Amino acid sequence: MTELPTSTDRKLGLVIDLDTCVGCHACVVSCKGWNTENYGAPLSDQDAYGAAPQGTFLNRVHTYEVQPPEGAAQTVHFPKSCLHCDDAPCVTVCPTGASYKRSEDGIVLVNENDCIGCGLCAWACPYGARELDQAAGVMKKCTLCVDRIYNENLPEEDRVPACVRTCPAGARHFGDFADPESNVSQLSRERGGMDLMPELGTNPVNKYLPPRPKQTEEIDILAPFLTPVAEEPKGFLKWLDKALGGD
Amino acid sequence: MSKQPNIDTSPPVSDEIRKTTCYMCACRCGINVHMKGGKVAYIEGSRDHPINKGVLCAKGSAGIMQVNAPSRLRSPMKRVGPRGSGEFEEISWDEALSLATSRLGKIRKEAPEKLAFFTGRDQSQSFTSLWAQSFGTPNYAAHGGFCSVNMAAAGIYTMGGAFWEFGQPDWEHTKLLMLFGVAEDHDSNPIKMGLGKLKQRGAKVIGVNPVRSGYNAIADEWVGITPGADGLFITSLIHELLRAGKIDLDYLARYTNAPALLNSDPNDAEFGLFLRDDDGKMLVIDRKSGKPTAFDKKGVQPDLRGTLRRAGVTHEAAFHSVAETYLAPEFAPEAVAERCGIEPQTIRRIAAELARVAFDEAISLPIEWTDFRGETHSEMIGRPVSFHAMRGISAHANGFQTCRALHILQILLGSVEVPGGFRFKPPYPKPVEAHPTPHCQSNPMAPLDGPHLGFVRGPEHLALKPDGSAARIDKAFTWENPMSSHGLMHMVISNAHAGDPYKIDTLFLYMANMAWNSSMNTKSVIDMLTDRDDNGEYVIPNIIYSDAYSSEMVAYADLILPDTTYLERHDCISLLDRPICEADAAADAIRWPVIEPDRDVRGFQSVLCDLGARLGLPNFTNPDGSAKYKDYADYIVNHERKPGIGPLSAFRGDGTETGRGSVNSEQLDRYIENGGFAVTHIPDSARYYKPWNMEYQEWAVGMGLFDTPQPYLFSIYSEPMRKFQLAAEGHGERQPPDHLRKQVHDAMRPLPVWEEATDDEGGEYPLHALTQRPMAMYHSWGSQNAWLRQIHGRNPLYVPTKVWEAHGFQDGDWARVTSRSGEIVVPVAHQAALNSNTVWTWNAIGKRKGAWALDDNAPEATKGFLLNHLIDELLPPKGDGLRYSNSDPVTGQAAWFDLRVKIEKCAAPDEPQPAFSSLRSPVGKGPKDLAWKVGS
Repeated sequence: MTELPTSTDRKLGLVIDLDTCVGCHACVVSCKGWNTENYGAPLSDQDAYGAAPQGTFLNRVHTYEVQPPEGAAQTVHFPKSCLHCDDAPCVTVCPTGASYKRSEDGIVLVNENDCIGCGLCAWACPYGARELDQAAGVMKKCTLCVDRIYNENLPEEDRVPACVRTCPAGARHFGDFADPESNVSQLSRERGGMDLMPELGTNPVNKYLPPRPKQTEEIDILAPFLTPVAEEPKGFLKWLDKALGGD
Repeated sequence: MSKQPNIDTSPPVSDEIRKTTCYMCACRCGINVHMKGGKVAYIEGSRDHPINKGVLCAKGSAGIMQVNAPSRLRSPMKRVGPRGSGEFEEISWDEALSLATSRLGKIRKEAPEKLAFFTGRDQSQSFTSLWAQSFGTPNYAAHGGFCSVNMAAAGIYTMGGAFWEFGQPDWEHTKLLMLFGVAEDHDSNPIKMGLGKLKQRGAKVIGVNPVRSGYNAIADEWVGITPGADGLFITSLIHELLRAGKIDLDYLARYTNAPALLNSDPNDAEFGLFLRDDDGKMLVIDRKSGKPTAFDKKGVQPDLRGTLRRAGVTHEAAFHSVAETYLAPEFAPEAVAERCGIEPQTIRRIAAELARVAFDEAISLPIEWTDFRGETHSEMIGRPVSFHAMRGISAHANGFQTCRALHILQILLGSVEVPGGFRFKPPYPKPVEAHPTPHCQSNPMAPLDGPHLGFVRGPEHLALKPDGSAARIDKAFTWENPMSSHGLMHMVISNAHAGDPYKIDTLFLYMANMAWNSSMNTKSVIDMLTDRDDNGEYVIPNIIYSDAYSSEMVAYADLILPDTTYLERHDCISLLDRPICEADAAADAIRWPVIEPDRDVRGFQSVLCDLGARLGLPNFTNPDGSAKYKDYADYIVNHERKPGIGPLSAFRGDGTETGRGSVNSEQLDRYIENGGFAVTHIPDSARYYKPWNMEYQEWAVGMGLFDTPQPYLFSIYSEPMRKFQLAAEGHGERQPPDHLRKQVHDAMRPLPVWEEATDDEGGEYPLHALTQRPMAMYHSWGSQNAWLRQIHGRNPLYVPTKVWEAHGFQDGDWARVTSRSGEIVVPVAHQAALNSNTVWTWNAIGKRKGAWALDDNAPEATKGFLLNHLIDELLPPKGDGLRYSNSDPVTGQAAWFDLRVKIEKCAAPDEPQPAFSSLRSPVGKGPKDLAWKVGS
């Protein structure tokens, strides 16, 4: 049993805009690349060129279809990684203290030296955000690129998680939720940022912006149609004469 | 928290960053390649780069798995077993080049047309075409014919440029964007970045596509059109706008050929052609004088209503024909709704919305500019409606006219090259007249008489022999498809096998997987590649192939020239070719070897330099017979297309000259220092109205894009098309053979009118079948990539709810899918957000066993499949003994998306049908597990 900090100075996390995410997987692979080369053991791939390739990813995009009662079915792309919960069950369940939540910024990390690969944390996480690396035998999860966001070897503008830096549509935002004036706090307020499965009491830090309502025919019926000026070419040319001032 | 470990949050990131250009798809983003110990450690987008401004897609980030892929070819090879066996022997480059030189040398001496040289998705076409032209064969093209030539050609013939590389929506100002038939593809990152901007500003996006995935998933409105009907939908929008007078009359009068006077006498030999003055200039009626006047005369005010009777012949402004054509009741929303699968009120509402945004929400930028008639305007009026379209509307037999109709819709709204609308990227806008015409005169030991590809202006430019037969193996620029500006790569193997129009000796292919996903009718193509004549010789005698990877095509070649990966080579993304410009800037870029190959491979373009010298080709040989270029890098720096104009535009002369300037031997170093690219901005007052804006025209001349200003009018009415119709009506020296008169006449209408793309009415085959690429693999010639294949490793056939329920499908089921030319048995999956008469799958996930260094049990081979088996490259026989290609009759664009199928539930086989035997891999198999970390 590992303890969570009672509070953290900052609450770093992501806002993910489901209205803008096109499901391109750029974040998935950028994350894979950075975290294979950086923090901890590389993210390995088993049977990489075989029948059942299965590798470790810290971020995956799922695609769902939603069929509203009226109108066309909708497609939603849903990127998912660790939500860095305030009440992270993955931390409290850890028997060795390897899983911990940082007191300074709230990032949930795994100390790979202490991880015994028991998998309890992955079982406790209701979001399926942790993956046991089969080659290293340690638990892997989103680090919020803790080795990028403070990294003085990177230009300041690059001190954001790899997934945020790479997102082509600009659907991912990084910032401090403890600061009500931060970009992520504002976005979340303005666009109705949502918790994922709030009923579980995990208090996730990351927020999702819901897709904006799509147009439906019901609204459209009220929209004005165009008023005809002519129904056939002769009438049209008469209108043209008038429109051009009849000179 | 005392237990919290201390971690290093500032570890070194890399030893060095090398900036080059991505090649994981055709988007060509700038990348920062982070190096550790001389190895590639991490790849990210380059922030300074004009295309991607720092972002990078999934493919780009997976480049490290491509550069280290086990499927990389290792050495030149010559075939030792039968074709298709995959039995090769590794040979030296000397032997490989000697073999190629002796065979090609003999061809060049006897009959250069017996070499057919076609390249796939490469981006060095200005170079490869120069090589083919120097060799002297008329048989050269790249892959445009089976990709999106309709989009490109319709754009150039109508408005002097098209989408993607030619132009882009004005992302900063547009308020309404309509996407037609854009799968998840062209162009990759800029569209995603642009959509993100629109979302941020609250601008509206309407997606018109049978499939609601990718961009269409985030569109504010999805119009799930039935395939092949886009042209009808667009024409109905035009009908509604005209009927309501919601068109930009001032724009049409000033910048289009709508006011130009057309011969309107059906009995005259020049019926439908423009009335011209002695200088060949179109005449308009000037509103001030009421007199016929050259369209470009200073101060002329063209009248859209103009009429003129001259020498007993009536002439009317082309705009009369526009009104007459599109006001016809056949285009009313009610008349088109059923075929389009769109409710009439939806068509009406979208027309009203386009009109509202274009006219009621018009914008104006306070920028003064002067037009080509000498008039100075105090502001730039903008119609903030923009459009983008791609292969979905292009890859139909009615695609050219559909693309033209879309451009006419844009032009009627006055929304091309204005703020908020669609904007060209240099070297576009560029009128048809500034492009070459096709050339096909071939003689032994001589170069071709000019560039292979171009834009015909009339029948006189067709590539025909004196006896009227096709001069080219792909029958491009013939009566069957007169405006085939990109050639017909999909017909090359079929025609070469049939000896129609003639037999060839050597098929030389680069980066084109014609034995798999790049061919229609894959199984038959494989049979053609392996077919032998009565003497036991291969019907296509010799096949040379260059690829970097162990693709399916490798097994069918006789000689393999292994290419490098994209991080091991020089390339130029050139203004002479397919540059990376933005609407506000000209830009070009390079690739350079950020790592050296660890195998015996060479960049294909360097190999062509060598081969060109060995063959003694002009342009590749010095007067003393020695090689002109050591390698491709040498060519990039030293080649001059015209004096002072070379493949790269920046750092010329003493290093400070841009556009025009002498050769600078340090040019590549300057590009590398500059991040691998160069950008030259367009002056502020030249940024819009480019075709008519004299400041832009003069800037373009300075950049070397043209030699003189080229202002022109948009062609709502296409006179070149009318010239082909006149020939079909019996006028002129060159006329189509009788069996093609009707086809030519119907296809070449000077104003686009929608026609059903196929005569397959859908009775027996009620469903449309499509493919698209997933974003993480779009245009990607490496879906064996270890990371990307975990994202998309299989491709079910997606089935809409109505069909799913009617057939009682359940998860895990398989179906037999039949077209009029083939049958496949494949896994199915349900998708609700899909047009109810359409099925589709991801393209090119399916792989053949033994290819790409994959295990034989890889899901790409055991579950993945190609729809290609259902698509014939020929139309069904018409009973006249002739072969008709399954292509657009205007351009020869491969009509992939005209496919109609029926579907039935069936027992699950062990693997998709048809099944293919395993190829012997020339590179072995990939490693079992990966844990890829190059640093400590």
